[in-house]
Amino acid sequence: MIKVGGIFAAVGIAAMLASLVSPALADPDNNQLIIEGELIVTDVAAPDSSPLDHIYSGWRFRSPETQSLQMDDFENPGFVAVDAAAETWETADGSEGKSCASCHEDVSSLAGLRAELPKWDEATNKPATMENLINRCRTDRMGAEAWGWEQKEMVNMTALISLQSRGMPVNIQTDGPMAEWMEKGKDLYYTRVGQLNMSCSNCHEDNYGNQIRSDHLSQGQINGFPVYRLKWAGLGSIHRRFKGCMENIRATPFKRGSDEFIALEAYVASRGAGLAVETPSVRN
Amino acid sequence: MKLSRRKVLALGAGFGAAALTGLSTSGIAFADEAATQAAIDAFAAGAEVGEGRISLTAPEIAENGNTVPISVDVESEMTEADHVAAVMILASGNPNPGVITFNFTPMNGVAAATTRIRLAKTQDVIAVAKMSDGSVFMDKKLVKVTIGGCGG
Amino acid sequence: MATKPRVKVPKKAAAGDVITIKTLISHAMESGQRKGKDGNLIPRKIINKFTAEFNGATVFSADIEPGVAANPFIEFNVKVMESGTFDFKWLDDDGSEYTSSKEIAVE
Repeated sequence: MIKVGGIFAAVGIAAMLASLVSPALADPDNNQLIIEGELIVTDVAAPDSSPLDHIYSGWRFRSPETQSLQMDDFENPGFVAVDAAAETWETADGSEGKSCASCHEDVSSLAGLRAELPKWDEATNKPATMENLINRCRTDRMGAEAWGWEQKEMVNMTALISLQSRGMPVNIQTDGPMAEWMEKGKDLYYTRVGQLNMSCSNCHEDNYGNQIRSDHLSQGQINGFPVYRLKWAGLGSIHRRFKGCMENIRATPFKRGSDEFIALEAYVASRGAGLAVETPSVRN
Repeated sequence: MKLSRRKVLALGAGFGAAALTGLSTSGIAFADEAATQAAIDAFAAGAEVGEGRISLTAPEIAENGNTVPISVDVESEMTEADHVAAVMILASGNPNPGVITFNFTPMNGVAAATTRIRLAKTQDVIAVAKMSDGSVFMDKKLVKVTIGGCGG
Repeated sequence: MATKPRVKVPKKAAAGDVITIKTLISHAMESGQRKGKDGNLIPRKIINKFTAEFNGATVFSADIEPGVAANPFIEFNVKVMESGTFDFKWLDDDGSEYTSSKEIAVE
């Protein structure tokens, strides 16, 4: 069945979605994600704040071939980046002669961090993403230059640190000072933009499980980022994916690291509360 | 629901354009059957190309042509006297049909290999095995390559 | 940019076992078919050859063309009869050579 809501029917988008979205491959599959003997939870009951009943990792919407790439850490090409970052972790950089390891010792000391991000940051009076935290370490503690948001070293490092939380449930603060940012992110999520006049929700809430042309739409969960995308033949950040989505609907994307994308990241993370961190995930 | 003709037309135009910008293959000449056949002939070196013994495993539908896992497996004792010398993989619809050639030795124990290949469009993937006695066997699989509507 | 290759070889095996070897190297595999931002073709730069030796003898090799995906992954088998060292080698179009070695104990 094609879902067409009352609001939809009134606008042209309804026609677009109705004809583009075919129910041929409806719903996520029932495969289990087992990595190195460990079962990774890929679906849970949706958090109370969610409009959905049940939430699913994007892994459940991919083909068996793509799924299998993530089930073995050797075959997962994202681990090339993890290996590279492990070397960077030990390498001193900047005027203070420090490496990441100088303060944090083993990277496993950061287990759990990824599951809580973005989180409220008193120092800047706004939520901090992992990229923000890494760059603060670099500039304030190491006396090194900040990395670019999508710079290889940065994406690799976010993959290594996120991997330490693999299997842990996403658990992001949504109240207190984060509440305002959640509202801001929610507004962005439901606001139609671009020449195609679409919002995040049009695809990822109203039509997940359906086909949009040849793509099997997921819920747009971000628990597996940074993700190794076959299309990119490499790892990319959450904000890179947001940017790609906005370009697809012919909107002017926000900048990586912008307040808009940080708010959207926080809100989308909250929609995935309870899903396990999967980094580095593999998608098409 | 019923679509008006106007809506359908508008749709086609909008997403046709969207689809086109997603393609990076315009202007590239694709290998034709002749180039693929020439590669097989050169590899076979005059031997007749038989069926059986070799099996190619490839997905029916590839989610992204950038990375398509394929495996080959050839029945052979893998002894000095009788083994698989090489397996050539061809992508008949790529700009160049050649993909990879695996060179085996009796020390492999079994003649099997796996890799990940690029497919520019829906096409036949071809695997040709050459035995130590010069005999040649072929298998092929049609792989449908989908180009995402919203690949981002 | 190619970095350190990843290779998976069992640490030990029984004589006569057929082991599985997996290799993956980080490489863009620039096909020579793509155009850059300036509209000109980006020159081809790929890994064109992979070789696996065991105790000095070639046991497996692959001749690679641009149709192999970025970050080339190759999996194959070896029947091991004795302990020894595997030497793996990847050749880049620019003449660079990347190597990795793994030991296996065979009982």
